[in-house]
Amino acid sequence: MTMQHIRNFSIIAHIDHGKSTLADRLIQYAGLVTERQFRDQILDNMDIERERGITIKSQTILLSYTSRAGEVFALNLIDTPGHVDFSYEVSRALASCEGVLLLVDASQGVQAQTIANLYAAMEHDLTIIPVINKIDLPSADIDGVKEQIDHDLGLESDHAILCSAKEGTGIEDVLEAIVKQVPAPSGNAEEPLAALIFDAHYDSFRGTIVSCRVFDGTVRAGDTIRLMSNGATHKVEEVGVFRFTRESQKELSAGSVGYVIAGIKTVADIRIGDTITLDTNPVSSSLPGFKEVKPVVFSSLYPISSDDYPSLVDALEKYKLNDAALVYQKDSSIALGQGFRCGFLGLLHLEIVQERLEREFDQSIIMTVPSVQYRFTLLDGTTVTVENPQYYPDPMLVKGSGEPFIGATIIIPERYMGVVMKLCLERRGVNPRITYPTPARVEIRFDMPLAEVVFDFYDRLKTVTQGYGSFDYELIEYRESDLVKLDILVNGEKVDALSLIVHRERARQWGIQVCDRLKEEIPRHNFKIAIQGAIGGKIISRSTISAFRKDVTAKCYGGDISRKRKLLEKQKKGKKRMKMVGSVMIPQSAFVSVLKTRDE
Amino acid sequence: MNKTEHPGLYIHIPFCHSKCRYCDFYSVASSAAIPAWLHAVQTEVLLYKDKFQEFDSLYLGGGTPTILGERELAALIACLRKHFAFRPESEMTIEANPDDLSMDKLKAIGDLGINRVSLGVQSLDDRDLKYLGRRHGAEQALKAIEMIRSCGFAEVGVDLMYGLEGQRLPGWRRTIDQVLEFRPEHLSCYQLTIERGTPLGKMKQAGQVRPIGEKLETAFFVFTSRYLDKRGYRHYEISNFARSRETMCRHNRKYWSHVPYLGLGPSAHSFQAGSRWWNVRSTKKYCRLLAEGKAPVGACEVLSEEQLDLETLALGLRTSDGVDFHAAGGRLQSGNALEELQKSHLVRVSNGRVQPTRKGFLVADSLPLMFYA
Repeated sequence: MTMQHIRNFSIIAHIDHGKSTLADRLIQYAGLVTERQFRDQILDNMDIERERGITIKSQTILLSYTSRAGEVFALNLIDTPGHVDFSYEVSRALASCEGVLLLVDASQGVQAQTIANLYAAMEHDLTIIPVINKIDLPSADIDGVKEQIDHDLGLESDHAILCSAKEGTGIEDVLEAIVKQVPAPSGNAEEPLAALIFDAHYDSFRGTIVSCRVFDGTVRAGDTIRLMSNGATHKVEEVGVFRFTRESQKELSAGSVGYVIAGIKTVADIRIGDTITLDTNPVSSSLPGFKEVKPVVFSSLYPISSDDYPSLVDALEKYKLNDAALVYQKDSSIALGQGFRCGFLGLLHLEIVQERLEREFDQSIIMTVPSVQYRFTLLDGTTVTVENPQYYPDPMLVKGSGEPFIGATIIIPERYMGVVMKLCLERRGVNPRITYPTPARVEIRFDMPLAEVVFDFYDRLKTVTQGYGSFDYELIEYRESDLVKLDILVNGEKVDALSLIVHRERARQWGIQVCDRLKEEIPRHNFKIAIQGAIGGKIISRSTISAFRKDVTAKCYGGDISRKRKLLEKQKKGKKRMKMVGSVMIPQSAFVSVLKTRDE
Repeated sequence: MNKTEHPGLYIHIPFCHSKCRYCDFYSVASSAAIPAWLHAVQTEVLLYKDKFQEFDSLYLGGGTPTILGERELAALIACLRKHFAFRPESEMTIEANPDDLSMDKLKAIGDLGINRVSLGVQSLDDRDLKYLGRRHGAEQALKAIEMIRSCGFAEVGVDLMYGLEGQRLPGWRRTIDQVLEFRPEHLSCYQLTIERGTPLGKMKQAGQVRPIGEKLETAFFVFTSRYLDKRGYRHYEISNFARSRETMCRHNRKYWSHVPYLGLGPSAHSFQAGSRWWNVRSTKKYCRLLAEGKAPVGACEVLSEEQLDLETLALGLRTSDGVDFHAAGGRLQSGNALEELQKSHLVRVSNGRVQPTRKGFLVADSLPLMFYA
């Protein structure tokens, strides 16, 4: 395949605008899978992705397409995650493409993430093909969407392709547009090898499977490659492309996307965003275009049973292979023992990590209350960053404190303006800017503290706007903020893992919420449990879990015994998901859930 | 597991004149199938002939065993005696209902060698009896106890229920007082459990009846335990009281200590050598399977060591004797649970046994899990 017949592209869209369905159709059109193999959303192959209907891990797949003019093309579809938490993964995928399909839902129109994704694609200087999806819906407003594409996105709506991925209409037009509009990759197969690592998967038989885009040069089995970031060298065992499964090839050369297996066993040897080159003939400089992963939410992770610590170490190492965005380091807590402090891209990312560690790696873990990264200026002039309330500096020594702010963009139908304004103001939003991109739609922009947004803001926004609100944000800067540490005491004992750093004005509110939530989460014990929120030594909130007095069942004869034992076995299992703190059992879910506000 | 003790034999008689509102044992409100059932039990007996050692307890339960006529009872006992061996000092119990007892019937029962009658009185307040859906009144119940006493049975047990909606402590105390006048050897006092699927359960779902709540339940439980204790009754299991160690129900104690037992009749449970199995919960199916020469077993489980240990704790901690400190695979010795529970006065350790206190009895459903960190 010559470079002229290769196209590398990605699909970007607001969540739920039908990205995965379109991907499925393209795959189906290329005849890569038979009807029988065809499952909805083939690329979303993790259980959690399927259940939540979102893409977390980007996947890549090679499609063969014979154009109307009769030429055979190799199309590399690089799937991208669709949640604001995973913008880093999106950027990696985009850097490996020459063009994108920008998908817009014909009934919902342009949303906040559509715009954010468009900007990301423009940053990478990609060809953008607008695609209007779901034209089969009765509520589809094609003309309205075209106008948005012209005005809001500044793209040529005349070139927009109409399709219904669900019905399978317009798919060939999409493929034809990719071939015609997306430029063929440039590069030189004779130059020194420069390939960008944009993903890595762990395979227990083959070690690390590195996904990469070759920009220049050629890589073959038997070559010795060098990783630019650390100079480590590895001997290539196999190169190939992803179709429905891995297909080995003689070589990968400039312009192509594929995988490299090179006996890379050490996790630490792979850095997503790194450049692969040949040891014998290296390139002079690394490839640009990758951002450093910057976690925004931090939480500590502990094994429920301290005996499981070694197994957690192992699980995290393996997990990290498939999730470049997770960062972690050792941590310890008085209440919970040995564990790890982890950084996540957002709360969804945190929940996914938790779920996957449990499901795929069989770990029983507790995650502590999430926090953002705060900055404190001390009296001696030094600045400390604190993302773990445990290390909150002595208040006597603090001169000033700051917290990260974001620029939030929210797009909603006009009728929800009141509730959304209220929500943003409650979350300490400042400096509102309101524009009307189209009649009946409002774009609200706020500066907001990240801490108020990461936990459940998006959920709340969706609730108050009945699903019509779209949201995107970017970190802007640190701003001066009056911060205090809120401690939580369970039966008089401070539980370090439940401490929070909060704004002084919001402290009481948080204190009450945390006490209430814990009251719901902690099961009754045979003694009374007092839960208190405290700042310094001052108690600001309190709730009480009354003791259970009686739970015994009266009857226990022949038939009752097996039944009773089965119930106990079930409870015993549930207990494994609890952590003893002092003499109180705290369910694993309690630590994260304290920050989620309830739906009124 | 207790291998040195003799096994017990249970016969389930799944027939009643009418169903009580709270009952979730298997029984039907009809006596039409009695002959077929009797024939089937006599067949089932043959399946287990020689499979069990000498029994030292027999328990006729139900349902309503006294619904059987004198001749049916005689035929049943004769068949059991013919194919199974019983120790001479065996405890032989029949559950009885006040509404179908007569002096003649009681004498006949005594002549069969039955030496213990457990009478379902439930309450001596007519309003409670109506709430429970019992057929008899208080008057009839008192008369029944008197008759049983006068027939000279070695042991008389009375079953009572408390924690009923509308019941008050003084009324409950009057019931106890009246029963105590007969100095029964044994008392079972069950807190009402509204089970799903029972008429009361359905009424609860429809909001027509309400459980009395944890606070009152606790008050009733503690009162009952203390009141009977003062009157010389030892609270030896959550719901059972005996005047002496000798008059504790030998048969029921086998259930709580993994002593083997054989249960015959529909829905009856058996336990032997670490296995538990139970018969189908339908008289029709039970009779059919036996007629086809098959065992009428509905399901069976083989208990793992871990499951046996969990049961040892769960069952043992419901009895005043408690659990041997070394039993249950050393579970009681692990961690600091025992220390914690002693500190909070839920258990005490005496003669190498971990025994629940009265306060511990109240939370006996949670006690076993406290030994699993």
